[in-house]
Amino acid sequence: MSKFGFSIQETRTIDFEQFDGRLLKYVLEHEPSFRVCLSCGGCTATCSAGNLIDFNVRKMNILIRRGETEGLEKEINKCMLCGKCMLVCPRGINIRNVVMLIKKGIVKFRTIEEPHEKLKLKCHAY
Amino acid sequence: MDTVVVIGAGVAGVEAASQLSGFGHEVILVEKNSYIGGKLAKWDHLFPSLRPASEILTSMEEKIKQGSFKILKNTEITDISRRNGRWILKTGKGISLEPDAVVIASGFGLFDAKRKEEYGYNIYNNVITSVDLEDKLKKGEKIRMTNGKTPRRIAFIHCVGSRDEKSGNHHCSKVCCITGVKQAIELRNLLPQAEIFCFYMDLRMYGKDFEELYREAQENYDVQFIRGRLSEASENMDESLLIKAEDTLSGRPLKMNVDLMILLIGMEAGEDTINLCKGFKLERDRSGFIKPKDIHIMRNFSSQEGVFLAGTCTCPMTIGDSIDNARAAAIEVHNYLKNKHLR
Amino acid sequence: MHIDYFALPFKIGLAYLFVIVAVRFVRLILGLSRIDKIRIWKSVLTNKSLISIREAFMEGLLHRKIFRINPVLGYMHMSLAFGWFLLIFVGHIETIVHTKSMAFPFHMPIFYRYFVGGNNQVYLSGFFPFMMDLILLFVLSGVALALLKRIRSRYFGMKKTTSLKSGDRIALISLWLIFPLRFIAESFSAGIYYNGSFFTQTAGNFFRSFLPLEQLQLPLWWAYSISLGLFFIALPNSRYMHIPAEILFIFLRNFGIRLKKRYNTYSLVQVYSCSRCGICLDTCQLNDANIKNTQSVYVLKNIRNNNLTDETLFNCLLCGRCQQVCPVGIETNDLRITQRIESTRQYNSSYEYLKEGEIRNADVIYFAGCMTHLTPSIKKSMVDILSYAGINYWFMDEEKAPCCGRPLMQAGQFDAAQKLISNNQQLIILSGAKQLVVSCPICYKVFKEDYVLHDVEVKHHSEFLLELAEKNIIKPVRIPKRVIYHDPCELGRGSGIYEEPRELLGRYVDLIKIKNEREDSFCCGGSLANIKIQMHERDKIRDRALDEYMKYNPDFLVTSCPLCKKTFSKGLDIQVHDIVEIVAESVSAERKQARHVQKKQEVSLQTELI
Repeated sequence: MSKFGFSIQETRTIDFEQFDGRLLKYVLEHEPSFRVCLSCGGCTATCSAGNLIDFNVRKMNILIRRGETEGLEKEINKCMLCGKCMLVCPRGINIRNVVMLIKKGIVKFRTIEEPHEKLKLKCHAY
Repeated sequence: MDTVVVIGAGVAGVEAASQLSGFGHEVILVEKNSYIGGKLAKWDHLFPSLRPASEILTSMEEKIKQGSFKILKNTEITDISRRNGRWILKTGKGISLEPDAVVIASGFGLFDAKRKEEYGYNIYNNVITSVDLEDKLKKGEKIRMTNGKTPRRIAFIHCVGSRDEKSGNHHCSKVCCITGVKQAIELRNLLPQAEIFCFYMDLRMYGKDFEELYREAQENYDVQFIRGRLSEASENMDESLLIKAEDTLSGRPLKMNVDLMILLIGMEAGEDTINLCKGFKLERDRSGFIKPKDIHIMRNFSSQEGVFLAGTCTCPMTIGDSIDNARAAAIEVHNYLKNKHLR
Repeated sequence: MHIDYFALPFKIGLAYLFVIVAVRFVRLILGLSRIDKIRIWKSVLTNKSLISIREAFMEGLLHRKIFRINPVLGYMHMSLAFGWFLLIFVGHIETIVHTKSMAFPFHMPIFYRYFVGGNNQVYLSGFFPFMMDLILLFVLSGVALALLKRIRSRYFGMKKTTSLKSGDRIALISLWLIFPLRFIAESFSAGIYYNGSFFTQTAGNFFRSFLPLEQLQLPLWWAYSISLGLFFIALPNSRYMHIPAEILFIFLRNFGIRLKKRYNTYSLVQVYSCSRCGICLDTCQLNDANIKNTQSVYVLKNIRNNNLTDETLFNCLLCGRCQQVCPVGIETNDLRITQRIESTRQYNSSYEYLKEGEIRNADVIYFAGCMTHLTPSIKKSMVDILSYAGINYWFMDEEKAPCCGRPLMQAGQFDAAQKLISNNQQLIILSGAKQLVVSCPICYKVFKEDYVLHDVEVKHHSEFLLELAEKNIIKPVRIPKRVIYHDPCELGRGSGIYEEPRELLGRYVDLIKIKNEREDSFCCGGSLANIKIQMHERDKIRDRALDEYMKYNPDFLVTSCPLCKKTFSKGLDIQVHDIVEIVAESVSAERKQARHVQKKQEVSLQTELI
């Protein structure tokens, strides 16, 4: 649990049996439009912060969906909340709210012991 | 003898008119332009086989010659009303028609690429649409930048005005992906030295021989496919365009200077179709096209009695699908008219 | 010593009220910043106090602003507030005239009709009872309207009315009972003592015919006193705290105190001052998107009750329409931002990756803004005009630059925004430029208010272009088109720039005068300040504005904000242009004309030489 949001281990494969879906559940609950992302990459392409440093909005969102929350905090703090991604998104996702919810969720879940439960999400979450 | 008015002398309209007159009905085909063929008249070569579009036009003209139906060119329907259960259609030339059935074959409209301002159509010099390119190919023009130079790098942008909440069109226009692949191949033939890229979100190769053409484009024509949506383009000093997209498959943002950008614009409900819907009080889908009565088993029926639908006025279709659809519409109309007499 | 026991509830209630309110006021003033306290000290003996007294009279009693917006609502508030004031004031004069001195029991004017009988005992005997009766009738009409408003708010031209909490309910009911009870008590007394006038005497005579008034009189005066006392006791913890709070607010505002980015007691003063009139509910465009529980009045209520959620706090366009119409002058936008700062205090980013950018020297810096990169016609037009005018400019964010920082501020990340601000600030100052021209009103507001740029002038491009036109560097050419100018929220209400764009536009096209313009203009719905709203809800807001504009049948719309432009042109048929595009077109036409003339001159020169 102390690893939540802190370090990246790149060599790991995405192990769905180790899925920590609390953050994803929290985000989806408060921002249902996040469900319809098709990972087109338009958001990353236009990102103001992405222009200055390696920040990839689409990748971050995909990682959350795979339960990969390590290293998230450092990444998410690069966002300048400028809103360009939202103006480009073809699915009309409220990306700024997703970013704020991730920030809030990290702070919220950091203090809870990670139970390593297999969170079964309903199939319409995907 | 029953009268049927078919609105629109495009691919679907001519086919429906030809079939219906073959069944023995009196058919009047109304066309607002001075020529037949609708959008088909703009195309150069057709996917997936790259055969000339003129061949289809020729077959249409044959049908017209052999058929016994009237075509009213340069004529638009200006007024629609109902009296005693019959439709009364008035044209701009003062003619009044009282058909026993109507077939709407008014076709589709093209997405206006100016609405996607960040792609720079009409703002930057070397941004054109797939329709503009088709026009150039048809006229046999040399494909050059506006300053006369030969393009060394060309980018096709998929999904312009389709699948895009920001354009107001949520639907997929089906045929733009294969059009992009076809035009990429054609450009390769004209510009053997150029680099050709296609920027896509998904590749919709659903039709017969589509997937095979895609493979050919990769294998024999050196077309490169990058999965990433273009967010915006800007112009460089030398009039080339700077593209910003993300290469999602490698997970990194991508920058590229291209000399020519081709936007694959989508299909939407045309202005004529919208006006006809207002006149006939037909229901429209969320995508803007005319809503058929049942999406599986009554695809040629509209929400109004006696009004039938053929072709791309209901949803994006290929030419082959439009012809199929028009034939089905003809059968439905024929049965409808037969049953009317039995009652 | 004679004690009027029935007056005790009134006295106790009033004493309690004074003590609580005084303590609160002291606490509020002590909680202000040091500079603000100095401001108070310096202003209290100046004419600012007189201005405040006048304003308290005009707004607190006469409710002039409410009157202007909604006359019936204004009458209701005025009749209660001003009417009650008059009852007290005229009642005191009546008592002074009667007792011929200034020394009378404190509660005498309140219960005058109990103490003073018959017509013969007072000078101008018919006048005062008549006046008091008239005023009482005036107040009762207000009470009746208040009742009606709670039941059928539609009759007030208002679609919504505020919902009540239990503490408020006690205060409300006791307030409503005060004047009817007074009426009945005075009528009973009039029936006994014949000291009433057209209203109370008539009623008194009527009651006398079937009621034992001698027994009933005192209980009624008790009831009146109790309802007064109850109201006074309930007041500090109900919405009626706005009555004293509003007066304090008016004074503090006129002394120059403004809301800061950090929370301090001035926010609390404003929170207390909300009279829950509900005018902000009606003007809020979120109603069109069916969002009905996040408006300003609810945020203020939630702040008081300490149950403000993110869903309420962040679901606001910060368009400023409610701030514009608030009759009390509460700074709703800035108040919301201070709350947002509190809510997001835990996770401000540090933006360590921001490096020092490359500095270039120029006379004018052009900062397009994030949104302008998605409306390239604006960028291109500006660049064309700048080079045409021969200006030595630096397009600061042509390739890459941090965001100006305002979207972060609107989201409450004030500290994080400061990092962006200091990064950009340095570049701007070190470039030696005299002017900073921006295309986006969101950027404009933050550059003007939060950046410290010393003597670099910040201009929106419409101001800048107007200057160029006035110096005759660009020469406007009229085109015969009828056009509506859409005031962007951040430029109009946000920065007070209404005239410059119109002046400039007016030289090119015919501006149509519309009902909702300038301070009353609509928000396009694209606002970055609203974090929670969904795209389809934004569409509804945009549609409301567009429906209104289409009624005037314009040839096209003009705006001066890239976000407004993008929002309006989303999937729609009407053309939307930015001011700079119109100027650029005219400039490029002029260039062509100039080249044409030049060619002709060259040709004629050549023919001369031949």
